[in-house]
Amino acid sequence: MDKLNNQQVLDKLQSQFADRILHVAEPKGLLTIVTGKDSVIEILRLLKEDDTLQFIYLTDITAVHYPELENAFAVVYHVHSLVFNVRIRIKVFLNINDLNIPSATVLWNGANWMERETFDFFGINFEGHPDLRRILNMDDLGVFPMRKEYPLEDPNRVDKKDFYFGR
Amino acid sequence: MSKPITRISTNSPVFEDNDPQEDLITLNIGPTHPATHGVFQNVVQIDGERIVSGVSTIGYIHRAFEKIAEHRPFYQITPLTDRLNYCSSPINNMGWHMTVEKLLDIEIPKRVQYMRVIVMELARIADHIICNGILGVDTGAFSGFLYVMQEREFIYEIYEEICGARLTTNIGRIGGFERDFNDVAFAKIREFLVRFPPVLREFQELFDRNRIFVERTSNVASVTPEEALSYSWSGPILRATGVDYDVRAHSPYCSYEEFDFEVPVGTNGDVYDRYMVRNEEMWQSMRIIEQALEKIEKEPKGVFHADVPDFYLPPKEQVYTNMEALIYHFKIVMGEWDAPKDEVYHAVEGANGELGFYLVHDGGRAPYRLHFRRPSFINYQMFAPMSSGMLLSDAILNMSSLNVIAGELDA
Repeated sequence: MDKLNNQQVLDKLQSQFADRILHVAEPKGLLTIVTGKDSVIEILRLLKEDDTLQFIYLTDITAVHYPELENAFAVVYHVHSLVFNVRIRIKVFLNINDLNIPSATVLWNGANWMERETFDFFGINFEGHPDLRRILNMDDLGVFPMRKEYPLEDPNRVDKKDFYFGR
Repeated sequence: MSKPITRISTNSPVFEDNDPQEDLITLNIGPTHPATHGVFQNVVQIDGERIVSGVSTIGYIHRAFEKIAEHRPFYQITPLTDRLNYCSSPINNMGWHMTVEKLLDIEIPKRVQYMRVIVMELARIADHIICNGILGVDTGAFSGFLYVMQEREFIYEIYEEICGARLTTNIGRIGGFERDFNDVAFAKIREFLVRFPPVLREFQELFDRNRIFVERTSNVASVTPEEALSYSWSGPILRATGVDYDVRAHSPYCSYEEFDFEVPVGTNGDVYDRYMVRNEEMWQSMRIIEQALEKIEKEPKGVFHADVPDFYLPPKEQVYTNMEALIYHFKIVMGEWDAPKDEVYHAVEGANGELGFYLVHDGGRAPYRLHFRRPSFINYQMFAPMSSGMLLSDAILNMSSLNVIAGELDA
């Protein structure tokens, strides 16, 4: 089968979602697109169901907290086209005041625990998730521990504070 | 006939009081139970011997792996990776270092890549030995487990020869290995290739056509390829359903593209197929190791790391005698180095499936964000849904064949 390259994937996405793809990059060769939460499921659906793309395999869902950004939370999807062997990363930036994003469980059953984990650690609210509750931490933890405002309590690491190195 | 599930606390699910007329019993399997192979709980509702519904609870040994990683320089993350899948820790180890090397654009010498292949394949064999051995134990046959256990010990001896440790190996470094394999290590690897095949053959003779084993495992927990893909399964359990997705063959790393090996696949996706796929993978791993040994012969001797003094820890004797080496050592240990602001995803084929590392780096001393795609975590989530309607004893075999490692499940 013909090999699919990043440009072809991007062309296909841009032909359908031209104005909804906010940013495109290719760090280390992995096509990365940024989109809004309203489009993410549609984009994932196209990636999964289009015969020329066939990104049928959901590799991973996670999030990153960038407290310095206005939209501080990035939900990151890694999806893999097993047929053409191309990977793609999709990022959706969310504002702290509105951490809702539609759940990908409508497309893949496997998204269930990945989203629960992301909810557990970052507090992202996946709308439409069948069973959104903590998975690795206890229920009454009260915080979302992977957010940057919760430092690791490790007194031994003060020697590595940046100001000791003139930063 | 299943009843709705209500929970007192969402982390400790319980079922509504059973109606005595219905004879449904709520049974806790785990958190610590011989059949769970680790610390995690399944609360199942059974009607006689048949499971009606179930809920899995995990997280009992969650160690905040990703949070700790955000506070540590790259080298200090290595010992954390060892403790994920402790049955095949070198694979985690190598995978992590390869991710960092991808971030830093480090080219690895061929000899080092072959050495890595050897260590990773040994780890895969060690992991599969345990999984298949325990599967035998769960069907009531203890001897197979004992036959192969000695070989796993021998693999640990090889690790010991290479790095001094047996279980949590801490075997890799950025750019290669901490030291070269010595002659004894090579001799032991060759010895392993001679002594393991008859043992594996004997093990297979014990189980492959054993009436009890075959009947206990055939058509138990069959999964279709569509279901498996929908649940993002990977590794031997996905291949047992007939999908030939193996990261080594699909997106080769560490020169896997140069090796001649097959990706064994099953047809039914049941427990027996998973067992067979793992057995066949062990034969293939031995083939790969054999080829790697041949290839190493042709490479210049004594190369065991890339020439990257900025990232590779200098040898201790130099640190004590050479000022430059001391400075490099200090800078590396303290994380005082230049790493680009970038993000990387790197996947390796772990013993349980695609082990992925997603690293976001902001140029600081520690990763800005590190996420692991842990195959056990993703493979295990199908356990509860697929158990309904299954016999309790079959569910135990199913769990055993999924090879869930609690360290990897909980991060």
